[in-house]
Amino acid sequence: MSFMRKPDVVHSRAPKNDLGLTRRDYEGGMSTLCAGCGHDAITAAIIESFWSLNVEPHRVVKMSGIGCSSKTPAYFLSDAHGINSVHGRMPSIAAGANAANRDLHYIGVSGDGDSLSIGYGQLAHALRRNLNMLYIIENNGVYGLTKGQFSASADLGTKAKKGDINEQPPIDPVIACIAMGGTFVARGFSGDKAQLVPLIQAGLKHKGFALIDVLSPCVTFNDHEDSTKSYAHTRQFYHPAIHADFIAPAEPIRAAYEKGEAMEVELFDGSFIRLRKVREGYDPTDRSKALTYLNEYMAKGEIITGLMYWEKSTPDLHSIARTSETPLSKLDYGRLSPGAGKLAKIQERYR
Amino acid sequence: MSPANTGINDFVIKIANVNGTGSASANTLLMKAIFRMGIPVVGKNFFPSNIQGLPTWYEIRVSHKGYLCRSGSVDLMVAVNAETYSQDLQEVEPGGYLIYDSTWPRDRQLSREDIQVLGIPLSAMCNERFDNARARILMKNVAYVGALAALLEIDLDVIRALLQETYRDKQNLIAANLEAIDIGYSYAREHFDCPLPMRLEPMDETRDHIMIDGNTAAGLGCVYAGATVGAWYPITPSTSLMDAFKNFCERLRIDPETGDRNYCIIQAEDELAAIGMVMGASWNGARAFTPTSGPGISLMNEFIGFGYFTEIPAVLFNVQRVGPSTGLPTRTQQGDLLSCAYASHGDTRHVLLFPADPRECFELAVAAFDLADRLQTPVIFVTDLDIGMNDWMVPDLEWDDSYQPDRGKVFTAEQLEEMDVFHRYADPDGDGIGYRTFPGDHPKGSYFLRGSGHTAAATYSEKSPDYVELVDRLARKFETAKQLVPAPVIDQRKGVGRAIVSLGSCDGAIREARDILAAQGIETSYCRVRAFPFNAQVEAFLEEHDQVFVVEQNRDAQLKQMLVMETRVSKDRLRSILSYDGMPVDSRFIVDAITEALEEEAAA
Ligand SMILES: Cc1ncc(C[n+]2csc(CCOP(=O)(O)OP(=O)(O)O)c2C)c(N)n1
Ligand code: SF4
Ligand SMILES: [Mg+2]
Repeated sequence: MSFMRKPDVVHSRAPKNDLGLTRRDYEGGMSTLCAGCGHDAITAAIIESFWSLNVEPHRVVKMSGIGCSSKTPAYFLSDAHGINSVHGRMPSIAAGANAANRDLHYIGVSGDGDSLSIGYGQLAHALRRNLNMLYIIENNGVYGLTKGQFSASADLGTKAKKGDINEQPPIDPVIACIAMGGTFVARGFSGDKAQLVPLIQAGLKHKGFALIDVLSPCVTFNDHEDSTKSYAHTRQFYHPAIHADFIAPAEPIRAAYEKGEAMEVELFDGSFIRLRKVREGYDPTDRSKALTYLNEYMAKGEIITGLMYWEKSTPDLHSIARTSETPLSKLDYGRLSPGAGKLAKIQERYR
Repeated sequence: MSPANTGINDFVIKIANVNGTGSASANTLLMKAIFRMGIPVVGKNFFPSNIQGLPTWYEIRVSHKGYLCRSGSVDLMVAVNAETYSQDLQEVEPGGYLIYDSTWPRDRQLSREDIQVLGIPLSAMCNERFDNARARILMKNVAYVGALAALLEIDLDVIRALLQETYRDKQNLIAANLEAIDIGYSYAREHFDCPLPMRLEPMDETRDHIMIDGNTAAGLGCVYAGATVGAWYPITPSTSLMDAFKNFCERLRIDPETGDRNYCIIQAEDELAAIGMVMGASWNGARAFTPTSGPGISLMNEFIGFGYFTEIPAVLFNVQRVGPSTGLPTRTQQGDLLSCAYASHGDTRHVLLFPADPRECFELAVAAFDLADRLQTPVIFVTDLDIGMNDWMVPDLEWDDSYQPDRGKVFTAEQLEEMDVFHRYADPDGDGIGYRTFPGDHPKGSYFLRGSGHTAAATYSEKSPDYVELVDRLARKFETAKQLVPAPVIDQRKGVGRAIVSLGSCDGAIREARDILAAQGIETSYCRVRAFPFNAQVEAFLEEHDQVFVVEQNRDAQLKQMLVMETRVSKDRLRSILSYDGMPVDSRFIVDAITEALEEEAAA
């Protein structure tokens, strides 16, 4: 349950997924964001991704911090459990929730303020712990909810609606997360659903921490001329570098690509991501080359998108902690309590 | 010369040393030997916030009457730190003893006529006997234990047995330790009249008791409570709680067949993250906790309020220490009572537990998880460095195998299946507590959790009546808490209008102080509160006494403030006794404060 229920009218011919659910079953409450806000388009892409992956909604945990972006978990998967936590601290909620129950799907939605300022430390450590989750930053270069202050992702020289010019260099979450050792780092654009949906699908299937930075214009505070996070600017300088196609396990592998042109990487459950290299010279599996390339194009003011870096994930929180296969929250007390006999024995050491 | 102290099984030994020299194991050996002789004993460690080279003291109280507190005096000083020698010398009671390392000459100016000074060339003898530099330093400490064994008549067989147990597989270490014991022992026998008139005599008063520190006991309590997720950021004096939990889990919670661990410990990036992890894990159905100290509680404030408003169970251990930042972080205090009781912003009040010793740490740790689940709120277990890090003698811990965790009001998947709708924040039972669900269990159980603005159905709301309904229900829940929290421990004397109210680690000193006062004809009743909110028994106790001394270890009389705010007691019936120098309060301090107050009153 969330904000406002949408009317319960469903077209009987609406397509159903393998669970017999329509897209409508993956929606949430009515959005209260500004009309045209990029965040709403991302919500739509999330709904599409979960629906097409046949994920049971109630097996999903959706989490967020604070911001316009962090409100959006209320707008998708109303049958999922949601937690709208405090500003910048969603990653710690994610770590604890994940530790308690390894069997659920975890998606966190955050903003550039939530993740790159107040929550920068927690983002870094969630990545370092390699939590098995999808982490989406809805990046608009401003603090939307507090009415338009620059965020840490604001580009050099970009102009605020009230006229201020940003003179501090931006933090690029994609570059930062690749440099910090991320194993799935992507960038999308809220205006390009065709690219975004497979990225989200692949991110959900990645075993480990998957980060997607989604450029998501704020129509109210950062969509004017001289803003580098506006729709117009993004469309103009936007370059898909690496296309990711998501291929579900059952689907036949379609077209063959020329050697060197495409690369298929198998995910842990038998599904694939097909990486199509659109840009010459980009190698999404070479960390240092990826960084060099990104830095080069960032200096030119170009926005490179796609699955920018991928590697078969390193051990996640649970593999490192060697926790039981049964989720900790589901263990019987009988397996947790050593009992009175053991207590007597333990105490022999304290005499 | 004052008459020599002739106390048998009734004196205080203090050892002044330099930290990082391995004195801890020597001091533990000494204390445990006394314990094994059946004599009640307690040890307190005063250590610097430093790894090597600063002064450190260890105080051992031997008490045939079984007092567990500091007495406020020192009868035998082992002064092996030249740097603090003059101060250490001053501390000895007239008629007491001082042992020093006579390898180096003492400053002539520093002497006292009213005590006996015994020089033992500890360094010289150890340098001669041991080749390597490290062994020389370590063994010097063991050598003074040997000397004390001769002077106080400690059973050498007990010492041998302890060394065998401690260094099980390290035969060479046992040999070296025994040699050092012998060095000190023989020297003392040859040069002094052994034993001293002040000495030990075997008793049978430690049977069915253990010597354990509160953090270890609390960590063990977390294991028995069924906690599976622990998140923390290292901070003295709480670190050893998580260390203990980890050690116990490694022995008790690893599946012998698969090697799977039925627990997960996360060392967080800071306390903000540690409490977030606890919230995430608890919300998701696990029992989770975080150990910390005052600075950590400060950082956790935003999340504590979040947990209060969204009703997430969580267990926090605050092992209190002195004030902010550097200086006295390794000293004890009860200075976080207010900051825990009202932690966070907005209208918040939290359930607190106040254990008095390690045994209660074990028991109340389990109670903390049950209360957190039952009340669906953060519970702060407020202990301190004195309880947490010092070894206390307590009766054996007990466990009832019929115990089942009280997970409180939780709807299962089966129950949800039968229901039309689920309202997370409804109050069907009128006690302020709704039913919760665990993520993933059932589609009907899902809800969207968020801060202050939600309705009974967990929908978003910015409406004033919804907010008022929420906070009023939380207040109701706090009333419910009064019926569930552990009762105070009360010792009421018939017809006595004078009383002491206190909490936590003050208990030992108060018990002794009351005996001393009673011997002087000053009778007192005593109420030790074990939880906040204060329940009806605390309220009644306050009502029945017209003069109440509130004993606590902080400057601002925080317990007294809470009593004034949260009970009907009239302020002028309460009089504070405050000890806040960073040292565990001693009985003499309390006796003096009360007698002074009574004299003042009589004069007025
Ligand atoms: C501790 C704390 N400090 C400040 C705020 C105020 N605040 C709310 S949202 C926000 C910024 C959000 O920016 P971003 O994450 O970029 O989200 P957007 O609204 O742009 O989607 C701030 C500073 C808060 N809620 N909590
Ligand atoms: S203020 Fe900006 S970010 Fe917030 S809802 Fe409106 S358009 Fe979106
Ligand atoms: Mg933003």
